[in-house]
Amino acid sequence: MSEISVEITGLKKSFGSLDVLKGIDVTVNRGDVVCIIGPSGSGKSTLLRCVNLLEEPNGGKIVVNGVELTDHDVDIDRERTKIGMVFQSFNLFSHLNVLANLTVAQRKVLKRGEKEAQEIALRNLDRVGLKEKANAMPAQLSGGQQQRVAIARALSMDPDVMLFDEPTSALDPELVGDVLGVMRQLADEGMTMLVVTHEMQFAREVADKVIFMDGGYIVEEGPAAEVIGNPQEARTQEFLARVLDPTHHGPSDPA
Amino acid sequence: MALSKRKRAEYFRYSQYTLLVVVALVIAFLADWEQIRTAFFNFKTMGDMFPNVITIALKNTLIYTALGFAFGLALGLVLALMKLSSIAPYRWIATIYIEFFRGIPALLVFIGLAFGVPLAFQIQFDIYSTVMLALGIVGAAYMAETIRAGIQAVPKGQVEAARSLGMSQGRAMITIVIPQAFRIILPPLTNELILLTKDSSLIYIIGLARDQYELTKFGRETLSRSPSLTPILVVGLCYLIITLPLGYLSRYLERRSGGKKVSVL
Ligand SMILES: Nc1ncnc2c1ncn2[C@@H]1O[C@H](COP(=O)(O)OP(=O)(O)OP(=O)(O)O)[C@@H](O)[C@H]1O
Ligand SMILES: [Mg+2]
Repeated sequence: MSEISVEITGLKKSFGSLDVLKGIDVTVNRGDVVCIIGPSGSGKSTLLRCVNLLEEPNGGKIVVNGVELTDHDVDIDRERTKIGMVFQSFNLFSHLNVLANLTVAQRKVLKRGEKEAQEIALRNLDRVGLKEKANAMPAQLSGGQQQRVAIARALSMDPDVMLFDEPTSALDPELVGDVLGVMRQLADEGMTMLVVTHEMQFAREVADKVIFMDGGYIVEEGPAAEVIGNPQEARTQEFLARVLDPTHHGPSDPA
Repeated sequence: MALSKRKRAEYFRYSQYTLLVVVALVIAFLADWEQIRTAFFNFKTMGDMFPNVITIALKNTLIYTALGFAFGLALGLVLALMKLSSIAPYRWIATIYIEFFRGIPALLVFIGLAFGVPLAFQIQFDIYSTVMLALGIVGAAYMAETIRAGIQAVPKGQVEAARSLGMSQGRAMITIVIPQAFRIILPPLTNELILLTKDSSLIYIIGLARDQYELTKFGRETLSRSPSLTPILVVGLCYLIITLPLGYLSRYLERRSGGKKVSVL
């Protein structure tokens, strides 16, 4: 297989008359962690959702592991099984317990047997440190636990690449660390990851590449130390100043 | 007269109780108790109604209702999916169906199936098929809207998660959305079951053999032989045996789901 896991070229996406992505090129090498940062509304989620075609692009090409997903003849359901996705709002299946959340797609899509699916599920629950919650219902778990289960659910399909859309943004601050810890561990194990995040510390320490997006374009990209540590573009500097400077939290904060 | 607001409310409450007691006493003195007893509580008639009122009439009401509900639920699900379809003609057909059958009396559907269809098409349904179709056709029109609302109440993220795991649209609908939708709409569906239980009485217009009687028909039949209100009272109580627990169940389910309401248009 090639060294390139995800290759996006000339990606365009608009909602009605609103052009959200105006020509995006992204390359993710196998085993790399790429973090996408940028202001709200800049199209980060849309970009990520185009990678597994949850949003249908209006133009451009998306190739994942050598398969062009934007080709209309491709079996998108089959390709999606190899692209794990983790959402900001967890989206665990609320009517199924944790174990069933992890086995349902293995059974119905990959056609794995019950025993095999459960073994894989339990192994992945163990990876995220929640093996003892196998029989809990999602509503009985904290946000951080739900997100780790969601990660385990995606991992149970044995994906080649994982997409994360602000996986910690909906969490209480004290629960963020657990989820980032799991993601760090995944990165260490060599998982290819495309992560939309506001966690600059995480991006700095884990990302092989950081992409700064604004207004539907990629403004700046490069190693974390450069894009976050020493941004060249004015818009990147401005954004990072806002995100990193604690006095910019809000008008009610004492200056 | 410087009565506090609370004192005034108290006096008002007392005066209402007094009024009620007076009315009750007047009724008790003026009423012809003997006549009331023979009208409502004719024990001989009551005795004659058992055990058939239970073993035949109540049982048949349950069977007819269950058949109609099952068929109505299946058809209602199909209509709900048609109403949510991206194919416009499906939506139109479903809308026309729903508006038509919600807008006409259920009795008309019974008459149509029992007398119209056999004349027009030379098909004679047996009694179970007739009730199942008639109750189902009417019930489906109401349930379709409820099911559609339930499906739409399932958060979009659930489908996205399912699709991202490789489930097809249909698979996600069957495995993820519909089970959650039914949890949400269990209370209104239970109410629909109550309505169908009562509507099953409409079958009285069809000629029924004795062992096919349901509660209302059975009550009427008994009435013609022993003229008093007693048979009506007895079958009325039998309906309540079915509908009261269902009503209680519906409210319980509603409370358990945290009062999360779905809008049914
Ligand atoms: N389904 C949709 N229909 C219409 N407009 C949409 C849709 N999804 C996104 N948008 C619009 O596209 C723009 C980009 O949205 P997107 O969610 O990709 O931004 P984002 O960078 O992820 O922002 P955030 O940091 O707030 O999550 C926004 O203006 C948004 O309102
Ligand atoms: Mg977003």
